[in-house]
Amino acid sequence: MNALSFLLSLAYLGLAFLAPNPLSHLFGLVALGVTAFLRLVPHWRTLNLALLTLAFTVGLMRSGNTLGLIGLVGILVALTTLSRIPGWIRVLLGLAILLLSVPLAGFANTFVFELGIQIGIYAAMALGLNVVVGMAGLLDLGYAAFFAVGAYTWAIFGSEQAKNFMQGNFPLPGEYMYLFMGIAIVTTALTGLLIGLPALRLRGDYLAIVTLGLGEVVRILANNLDHPINFTNGPQGITPVQRPPIDGFRELMATLGVHLDRTTDYQLFFYFLVLLMIGLVVLVNVNLANSRFGRAWVAIREDEVAARSMGIPLLPTKLLAFMTGAAFSGVMGVIFAAQRTFVSPESFTLLASITILGMVILGGMGSIPGAILGAAALTILNLDVLKTFSEFVRTSLPQIPNQVDPAKYERLVFGLILVLMMIFRPEGLIPEKRHRAEMEEA
Amino acid sequence: MLEQILALLPQVIFDGLILGFVYAMVALGYTMVYGVLELINFAHSEIFMIGAVVGVEVFRYLAPHVGNGFLLLLLALILGGVVAGITAILVERFAYRPLRKRGTTNRLVPLITAIGVSFILQDLVRLIEGLWHNEFFLRMRTVEDLEGSVSLLGGAIFAQTKSFILMGVSILMLVGLTYLVNRTKLGVAIRAVAQDLPTASLMGIDPDRIISRTFLIGGSLGGVAGVLFALQYTTITPYVGFLPGIKAFTAAVLGGIGNIPGAMLGGLVLGQLENFFGTYLPILTNGNFGTEYKDVVAFLILIFILLVRPQGLLGQVVKEKV
Repeated sequence: MNALSFLLSLAYLGLAFLAPNPLSHLFGLVALGVTAFLRLVPHWRTLNLALLTLAFTVGLMRSGNTLGLIGLVGILVALTTLSRIPGWIRVLLGLAILLLSVPLAGFANTFVFELGIQIGIYAAMALGLNVVVGMAGLLDLGYAAFFAVGAYTWAIFGSEQAKNFMQGNFPLPGEYMYLFMGIAIVTTALTGLLIGLPALRLRGDYLAIVTLGLGEVVRILANNLDHPINFTNGPQGITPVQRPPIDGFRELMATLGVHLDRTTDYQLFFYFLVLLMIGLVVLVNVNLANSRFGRAWVAIREDEVAARSMGIPLLPTKLLAFMTGAAFSGVMGVIFAAQRTFVSPESFTLLASITILGMVILGGMGSIPGAILGAAALTILNLDVLKTFSEFVRTSLPQIPNQVDPAKYERLVFGLILVLMMIFRPEGLIPEKRHRAEMEEA
Repeated sequence: MLEQILALLPQVIFDGLILGFVYAMVALGYTMVYGVLELINFAHSEIFMIGAVVGVEVFRYLAPHVGNGFLLLLLALILGGVVAGITAILVERFAYRPLRKRGTTNRLVPLITAIGVSFILQDLVRLIEGLWHNEFFLRMRTVEDLEGSVSLLGGAIFAQTKSFILMGVSILMLVGLTYLVNRTKLGVAIRAVAQDLPTASLMGIDPDRIISRTFLIGGSLGGVAGVLFALQYTTITPYVGFLPGIKAFTAAVLGGIGNIPGAMLGGLVLGQLENFFGTYLPILTNGNFGTEYKDVVAFLILIFILLVRPQGLLGQVVKEKV
């Protein structure tokens, strides 16, 4: 068994060199499955994971096929969830994947960067929503509203838009983006306070509907505040939004011997920026979960009445959860606006809110690695798998009407994920201990 | 300004009444399911949409063969109600019942499931329409008999035959439903399950069957409402249920959730308010705030009601059990 799994991994390494194509990557995924799910001796398993990391990286560099990226995500999940792997190996392999494999793959196929950045932005947001839904048990269906507030905060001042209602020298230069990340924390936390003050007094299911309504209100405002005074430029959206200057980053990379061209420099920069943000968000999240507030949130989630009788002030505690989640989303909104250089109300629909909720549910409510996995899975599914499937349908089944294009059916996919998870595995793919207990005792 | 407002007023009230009856019919479904399961059945807005789509298809295929517009509409109402009712039963059977059987106490689980079902239904309808007609923007076919118009109050109100049918059918539905819940055996069972499910099941009531019936009734009412909505507003997409759904839920809360006359009253009040703001807001603000803000008004009303009088206009205060 151990030898077999080792041979499979080795075989895939060979295949990745000689025949890097989607089929051989599928073989690699099988090898990864064998390594993860069969009962292996721990050090063999560790060795296999290292081999497979190398193999997927090689495969990605040589073919740029995004199946390899799924493999890398799978290895990251294995590193976080499998038992009895030495800690330093986990850290080393994880960092190698994030800092070397993905950028190397990105140079072979820039779409990998795009995916990585989107996964990162969504993962940070899923972690924010995870505080609200997973830890405090408050179902917020208007979470994209905070994302919108963050994105517009920078978009308005980082473009010519602000000239419509202010004197001043706009657009503000790109390095102000970092300042606005701080400002967005304040504006979104305040928005969270404004929305939360009325909404959080309500019972759970009413809260869901009200947040949904308020989320729509924010979108409607973004859509219509182009008159009487043009704040948001309405449905056309705002473009171009300034990006931070990256000369320093270019020099740093050049000294490391990485040659960047015009297309990859910003992608690599934003990829690293997003990684940094996720690191920070995870740090904040872990510390919060183990703090007084985190325990208070869990208490409120499990039993509001009991929590209150133990002296936990309900509204302030809930508001804090709401504002924390909002702030995470707001910061990511600023990065989103800068990375896209374009912001419009279309990005902040109910579908966006439900997508982020789906990520949290898929990964496991309250679970930090779960939220990141959920973000990776749904983003890859949405941007990559569905689109590939669409192309496949278009080329091989041309007689099918063009309205039946799989890429247009993300709602169906998300809906199925939500329903199936709730029926068969409500605690998520990587459950958090306390949640699992709660779901099982019921 | 004032003259302009007064000149429009009768028409605004009349149109608000039509809209209000649509909300009222959809609100009935929300209120019934909430009364029995304490679940906000998010998917109800899609049940309503399915009724509307069935209405469009019936008119599309049968209008050339059925000469009489009223007979055609009757067929559409029956089919829309049946298809929507069956869909509602299936949703309950395959999405909500497994959760009940597992007996999870977490309130978020059924709600998240309901959102998922709602998304699935939207795209399923789009898929079916896409395969069938390769489009999902549907236009209701107009039929002469139903489009006839009259002027009331010396030309102040322009009203069409179909609008009177819509109001008539919704009043019939309310009366019928009230009779059913208050005077029939099934109604007694529904009220018993709503009050206390475990005790009701000890008294020989099969809760699963009653819950299923509740979904059937609420769903077919939603479906009938959908057909009438398609007839009145003519443009239908698989995503058309979302906003009326949210507003009908608002109407149900406004009247007092779980209360059937309340749902009707809430619908009528909300219809008036929305139409009022939608028409007069641009006039009052010199076009600075357009009709788009009427949705904002509806949401603000919802928040206001929940904060000030969570039991609604006609609801009773329910103590949270510990």
